Amino acid sequence: MNRYPGATGLILNEPLLWEKGKKGRCAFSLPQSDVESSPINKELVADDVDLPDLSKIEVIRHYTRLSQWNFGVDTGMYPLGSCTMKYNPKINEKLASLKGFSLAHPLLPSDFTQGVLELMFELEQLLAEITGTDAVTLQPAAGAHGELAGMLIIYACQKSKGMRRSKIILPDTAHGTNPASAALCGFHPVPVKSDEKGILSVESIADIMDEDTAGIMVTNPNTLGLFEENIKEIAQIVHEKGGLVYCDGANANAVMGLVDMGEIGIDLLHLNLHKTFSTPHGGGGPGSGPLCVKKELEPFLPVPRIVKKDGKYLLSEDFPDSIGKMQAFYGNFAVMIKAFCYIRSMGAENLEKASRLAVLNANYIKEMLKDVFYLPYDRPCMHECVFSDKLQKKDRVITLDIVKRLMDYGFHPPTIYFPLVVPGAIMIEPTETETKEEIDLFIDACKSVVQEAKEKPENLLDAPEHCKVTRLDEAAAARHPCLTG
Amino acid sequence: MRYLPHTIEDISSMLNVIGTKNLDDLFSIIIGDCRRKTGMDLPLPLTEWELERLMGNLAGSTAVSPEYRMFIGAGRYEHHIPASLSYLLGRSEFVTAYTPYQPEMSQGTLQAIYEYQTLISRFLGMETANASHYDGAAALAESLLMAVRITRKKRVALSALIHPLYRRVVQTYFEPTGYEIITFPYLENGKTDLSPLEKIDDIACVAVQSPNFFGCIEDLKRAAEKTHEKKALFVTCFTEPIAYGLLKNPGIQGADIVSGEGQSLGIPMSFGGPGLGILAGRTKHIRSMPGRLVGKTKDRNGKRGFVLTLAAREQHIRREKATSNICTNNSLCALTAAIYMATLGGSGMQKLARLNYDKSEYLKNELKKAGIKTTFDSPTYNEFVVKFPCGFEKTYNHLLEKKIIAGLPLARFYPELAGHSLLCVTETKTKNDMDEFVRKVKS
Repeated sequence: MNRYPGATGLILNEPLLWEKGKKGRCAFSLPQSDVESSPINKELVADDVDLPDLSKIEVIRHYTRLSQWNFGVDTGMYPLGSCTMKYNPKINEKLASLKGFSLAHPLLPSDFTQGVLELMFELEQLLAEITGTDAVTLQPAAGAHGELAGMLIIYACQKSKGMRRSKIILPDTAHGTNPASAALCGFHPVPVKSDEKGILSVESIADIMDEDTAGIMVTNPNTLGLFEENIKEIAQIVHEKGGLVYCDGANANAVMGLVDMGEIGIDLLHLNLHKTFSTPHGGGGPGSGPLCVKKELEPFLPVPRIVKKDGKYLLSEDFPDSIGKMQAFYGNFAVMIKAFCYIRSMGAENLEKASRLAVLNANYIKEMLKDVFYLPYDRPCMHECVFSDKLQKKDRVITLDIVKRLMDYGFHPPTIYFPLVVPGAIMIEPTETETKEEIDLFIDACKSVVQEAKEKPENLLDAPEHCKVTRLDEAAAARHPCLTG
Repeated sequence: MRYLPHTIEDISSMLNVIGTKNLDDLFSIIIGDCRRKTGMDLPLPLTEWELERLMGNLAGSTAVSPEYRMFIGAGRYEHHIPASLSYLLGRSEFVTAYTPYQPEMSQGTLQAIYEYQTLISRFLGMETANASHYDGAAALAESLLMAVRITRKKRVALSALIHPLYRRVVQTYFEPTGYEIITFPYLENGKTDLSPLEKIDDIACVAVQSPNFFGCIEDLKRAAEKTHEKKALFVTCFTEPIAYGLLKNPGIQGADIVSGEGQSLGIPMSFGGPGLGILAGRTKHIRSMPGRLVGKTKDRNGKRGFVLTLAAREQHIRREKATSNICTNNSLCALTAAIYMATLGGSGMQKLARLNYDKSEYLKNELKKAGIKTTFDSPTYNEFVVKFPCGFEKTYNHLLEKKIIAGLPLARFYPELAGHSLLCVTETKTKNDMDEFVRKVKS
C-alpha cells in the first residue's frame, strides 16, 4: 500500500476537556477593570459557573490534537457524493476575515455598511445570472433552509391566489431533506419512482399531478448523478395544473453555464454556496443556501431585501407579500464573502469549465470502475456516479466494509447507502479540483480493496485499521444515548 | 485557472477512456432545448491581487471599531476574541471537513461537538444540548415546534420582549402550520407581563427571553412556576450568553427548553451571520429534539469514540416525519464557542461577565447623573434603554458625526418607544470611551 497516502502515524491521545486543567487557570487575557464594581441583587447571581479552567497551552494542544483526528479536503480526496467537496480557496478565508466585514454590526444605518450591502447585492445578481433566474435571497443559512424558504414561498404564492394545496410530488431521487422541508409547510409528500433510466418519466408525473398538488421538488441533476431529461415537459404539466416547480440545486456544480434553470421551467431553486461555490463545510456548517426565483415569485422573498436607490444600497422591508424572515439578520454573510470571491476569481468561462471538468472526472471514474463495482444505470452521468456492492456480495463484504477499507488507503469514503433507489449505493463525486493522478490513485485503491475482498476479506471486515479508532458501535450509542459528559 | 488542475493531455486521455471526442459530448444527454443558449454574463476573472484590492475597498467602506465606538448590541455583540481562537479555527482539518458521517475519520469534529454539547449544558444548567442550529432565532422557532410536538397542543405564548426579529422568524416558521402565537405584553418596569397566562389553557409553552430585549433580567423562576401550573413547557431564550457567567442559569430556574444565540462566544459579528443557534433541553425530551446530536460510544477494542446518533429523528431517515429538516448546521461556530468557553474557563467567564456588568452599570449611572433618564427601572445586564433629551434624532446624528454609535433606535420595533435608544456596553469599552460618550450626549 506504499504508494497510497494512507499510512500509520503517531496519533496522540487526548482526554476530554474536563479531564484536564485545574481550578483557577484561565487562557484569556482579561481586561483590567477601569470602573468601580457595581452592586447587584444576590438573588440574581449564580453560585458557580460549571466550566473547566485550562491554561493556554492545554487549550491549544487539545484542539490541535483533535484536528489531527479529522480528515478534510486539504488532507486528501473527499469524494462524498452530492456534497461537492472541492478545494476551498485560502485567499477567500483571508478576505472574509477583513475587519471591515468581520466587525460589521447588522443594525447600523445603511450609510455605514455600504460595502457589505454592495457585496450582497452583487452576489445576488451573479447567482441570478448563473442560474438563469430573476431574483435571489441570500438569507437561508443552508440548503435545507433554502428548501424551507422555497416551500414557504410556494405556500404564500398559492395562498395569495386563494389556493391551499395539500400535496407535493417528491421523486425517489430527490435529496433527503426535501420531504421534511415540505412537511414543515404542511405539504404531504407524494412519492414518485424514477424509470428504468434513473430519471422521471413524463407519464409518471402526468398521472399524479392534480389540482390539490402544490408542485414538485425535483433534484436536477438528480441523486443518481443523472440529468432529468424530461424536465421541460414535466414542468409544463405541473404548470398547467397550477403547480410550481422547485429544484434542489445542491448538484448545480454539474451545470454552471450549461443549463438555464429558468428556461427549463424551474420556478425556484436553492444553491449551496458551501458546495458549488467553494466555501468550506466546517465539519457541518455554517453553509449558505440562497434561493433563486422567477420574477412572479419575487414579491414573496424574505425581507429585508437589498435595493439600490440613487447609487446607494438600502435594506428595504417594503415588500408586503414577503414570507417574513428566515433568520434574525440577513444570512451567513461571512460565507457569502467567500462565494463572491470565488465567482469573481473564476469568471464565466472558468465556472463553465469547472462544471465540464467535474462531469469529466465523474464519467472517467464511472468508466474505470464499472467492471469493479456494479453500475445500476450505465449511461452518461453528470458530476457524480452511483455504484453498488452487488458484485461483492459473493465475497461476503458490503458497501460499509468497502468504504471503511478505503480509509486505510488514505481516502475519505464516498456517500453510501444513498440514494435509497440503489441498495448498497456507493455514490462518488470527485469534483473538478482533483488531479488525474489523484483520481487514478483513488481508482487503484478501489480496485485493490475489491481484490482484497476476494483474497483477504477480513482486511475489509476489520477496517479501518489506521484511524484513531476502529469501527464504532453506533447501535449502542443510539440505544443508550450519552450526549454529555 | 489555479483551481482547475487538468492539462490538455489529461483531458484528452480521460475522454479517450470514456470514448467521447470532446468535453461537450459529455453533455449530449442535455438535449437541445435544455441547453443554455448563451454563455453567462459575468465580470472577467480577477487575479488574487486584484481580488484583494476590490475586497479591501468594499471592507474599507464600513463603520467598525476601533475607529467607531459602538454602543449597539441588540442581538450582535462586540467582544474580544483571542488570537489563539482564530488560529485554532484555521486548522483546515476542521474547516474543510464535511458533516461527520464517517466517524472513524472525523473524531476531531465529533469529540469537539460532544464537548460543546457538554459545556453548553453545564453552562445553561440543562441536561443536554444539540450540535447547533443556524442562529438564535431559528433555534427559538425550532424550540417552539419541539414544545408543540411534546405537548401535542397547538398554541404557544411569546413575551413581547423576545428579540423582535426572532419573533418575526417564529411567525414565518409558524405561518403554514396553523399553530397559534399569543404575545404577552410588557410591564412598566421593562419585564414581561405574565398575567394573561391565567386566562389561557391548552397551551404548549411559554417563551421568555432573559436578559430580555431591553436588557432587563426576567424572573425566570416565577415564570417557570406559572407556566408549569398550566402544564405547559417553559422555554427560555437569550441573545447574550455571557450574562450567564454572572446570572443564575435558566436550567436552575426551571426551564424545559433553552434556546439562544451564541455569537458572543468568540464568533465575529460578520454583519449578523453566521451565528450559533443554541438549543438545550431535558433528557426525557431527547427524541423530540431537532438537530444533530453527538453521542459517546466504544470501538471494537473498547476504546472511547464518538458518533452522530439518534438519527432516527432526522430527515434522511424519518423523511417527512422528522423532528426537523436541518442537515448542515453551524458546526464550526459550535467549535468556536467550545474553544472560547475552554479558553475562559468557569473562573474567567465569571470575571468577564462581571466586568461587562460593571461597565454597563457605570455608563448607566453616568448618564443618569447627566440627567438622562433610563426608561425601565428593573436590573439590567449589558443593555438598557434610555430616552435622550431634546430630540432623539439630533443627539443620535450628532454622535454619529463623532463616530459614536449611540445604540439602536427603538421606534422601529416598539413605536411607543419613539425617541428611546437601546444602549449596549461590553468589556471592549473603556472608561474613557464611556466618559466621552456622556460628554457628547450632554453637549
